Amino acid sequence: MSATLAPVAPARPDVRRGLALRQSVYLIGRSLRILRREPVYLAFTLLQPMVWLLLFGALFERVADLPGFGDISYLEYLTPGVVVMTAMMSAGWAGTGFIDDMQRGVMDRNLTSPVSRGALITGALAYQAVVTVVQSLIVFGVGLLAGARYDGGPAGVLVVLLCATLLAVIFAALSCAVALTLRSQESLIGVSQFLTLPLAFMSTVMMAPALLPGWVGTVARYNPVDWAARASRDALLGDPDWSAVFGRAALLAALTLVMAWLATRAFRAYQRSV
Amino acid sequence: MQHAIEAEGLVKTYGKGAKAVRALSGVGFAVPRGTVFGLLGPNGAGKSTTTKILTTLSTPDDGTAAVAGLDVAREPGRVRRAIGYVPQKPCFDPTATGRENLTLQGHVHGLSRSDIRARGDQLLERFGLADAANRVTKTWSGGMQRKLDVALALLHQPRVLFLDEPTTGLDPEARADMWAEISGVTRADGVTILLTTHYLEEADHLADRLVIIDRGQVVAEGTPEELKGGLDGDAVQVELADPGQQTAASAAIATVRGVGEISVDGARLHARVGDGAATLPALLAALEGASVPLASVTVARPSLDDVYLRHAGRSFHSADRAGLTGTEVAA
Ligand SMILES: Nc1ncnc2c1ncn2[C@@H]1O[C@H](COP(=O)(O)OP(=O)(O)OP(=O)(O)O)[C@@H](O)[C@H]1O
Ligand SMILES: [Mg+2]
Repeated sequence: MSATLAPVAPARPDVRRGLALRQSVYLIGRSLRILRREPVYLAFTLLQPMVWLLLFGALFERVADLPGFGDISYLEYLTPGVVVMTAMMSAGWAGTGFIDDMQRGVMDRNLTSPVSRGALITGALAYQAVVTVVQSLIVFGVGLLAGARYDGGPAGVLVVLLCATLLAVIFAALSCAVALTLRSQESLIGVSQFLTLPLAFMSTVMMAPALLPGWVGTVARYNPVDWAARASRDALLGDPDWSAVFGRAALLAALTLVMAWLATRAFRAYQRSV
Repeated sequence: MQHAIEAEGLVKTYGKGAKAVRALSGVGFAVPRGTVFGLLGPNGAGKSTTTKILTTLSTPDDGTAAVAGLDVAREPGRVRRAIGYVPQKPCFDPTATGRENLTLQGHVHGLSRSDIRARGDQLLERFGLADAANRVTKTWSGGMQRKLDVALALLHQPRVLFLDEPTTGLDPEARADMWAEISGVTRADGVTILLTTHYLEEADHLADRLVIIDRGQVVAEGTPEELKGGLDGDAVQVELADPGQQTAASAAIATVRGVGEISVDGARLHARVGDGAATLPALLAALEGASVPLASVTVARPSLDDVYLRHAGRSFHSADRAGLTGTEVAA
């Protein structure tokens, strides 16, 4: 019945060196395949930002008449903020993939194969980055269709994409760390309810900095959503203070590294519990 | 290297304080290369915990283990390259096709594209999955899905394969099919297999050697024949119509010559007799004399169930029903 199976050449040491990187690429490929087969997911994450953008944009149109917004429309003010906010909120669910893998035996099998923890995290974060770029372009495009106009040009748009992506990776890493530590989908609901939503409101995403109540302004200064929203808005509106924009982007990049490291460490918590 | 797997004194406790559960309290065994080794035990016995420690997923509180000659604590990376692991839970990706599953797994192990292709085709062929290979696996039957789990674990040519309950939940036909595949793997490829199971007949059928574990401890070890041979005579099982009469019943049976090892398990009495056919009439007469009504009486050649009963002091069936048998550890 069973003929002997063909032998395979084990990965050579030189192949193994680049392996972690290629493993992450294949893992992203796997996630993208899931998305391609069920693209409704993406549509679902875009529903909420459309409401923010179109409803709030119209509802609070006159808010922009207040001093502090400059001479732009509220929609123009709001769009970059909604782009980064969308990136953050959808990244808050990034740990769902890990939860699914843990509920099945996939996580256990991966952790007992020669795939590095770093590659597993990098795969998940890079996938979220790809999704974020697509989402951001769509949200931004809707803002333009609804009538927003910017002087910032391509450089401005690139800054928006960069900030949105960094913010997404930060929250995706947090989400993965929470998933690995608490191992339940409910814990991710906690992340979105108790963290991302309040952070979005305690920032300048919807309200001009000068108009925020004092304590909210203070919170906003330490709020990564605000770093991303301000850098994006400044870069888009033309003639930005580049050092301030890059300063905020650098803060986001630093936090990204810290969070990715934390998420990788969270595998230990998972392995202690199985 | 004599043994493909060596475990010694494995201890594992989950949780802390009052909620601590002792999953393993000193499990040890050795598995000769190229054999199928069974880990037989009821729910909560510690089978999966043992497997997780040997596959580097989990770490023991105490004890040592080596797989393919490599210490699991000191060289987990090398152990991972030497093993294949099929967890108790299904581990294929249901959104991907069979071939996509195999391809990703091959890349994870750093195999070349041509190796993945060639070996993947062979595995699909061998496990009878070739026709379905390009269909999304969530549409496959349970038996096919479980076979894919095993194929995924074999792709990179492991030296030691861990199968945690490979046939639980499969219908009898799919189970027989899986058994054939598993024996084929050791026979044709010389892979050492550690297999956990609930099913006595599965261990009997597949395992060259086995240990019976119960509440985190090895209670018996040997080949299925040795274990059954260690019991003399036939097993008698008496089911009482009225569980309240167990004391009267066992007293009555004890007076019959040639009857030994009487144990009580609810409404069931188990005993061992030198020659079942010869002793049965006397046994029935004794029960009749004590006016104990019976529901049924069976006599059988010793099975692994009897081995289990002998060593664990309860029938496999009732231990399994009891479920969580991890001993509570006082804080
Ligand atoms: N991750 C865990 N956290 C807490 N307790 C656990 C964990 N895994 C197992 N246990 C406990 O340890 C004991 C042994 O469990 P284990 O999963 O090893 O048993 P098993 O023999 O594989 O059982 P089954 O046949 O049900 O799969 C049980 O009491 C179980 O409740
Ligand atoms: Mg188990």
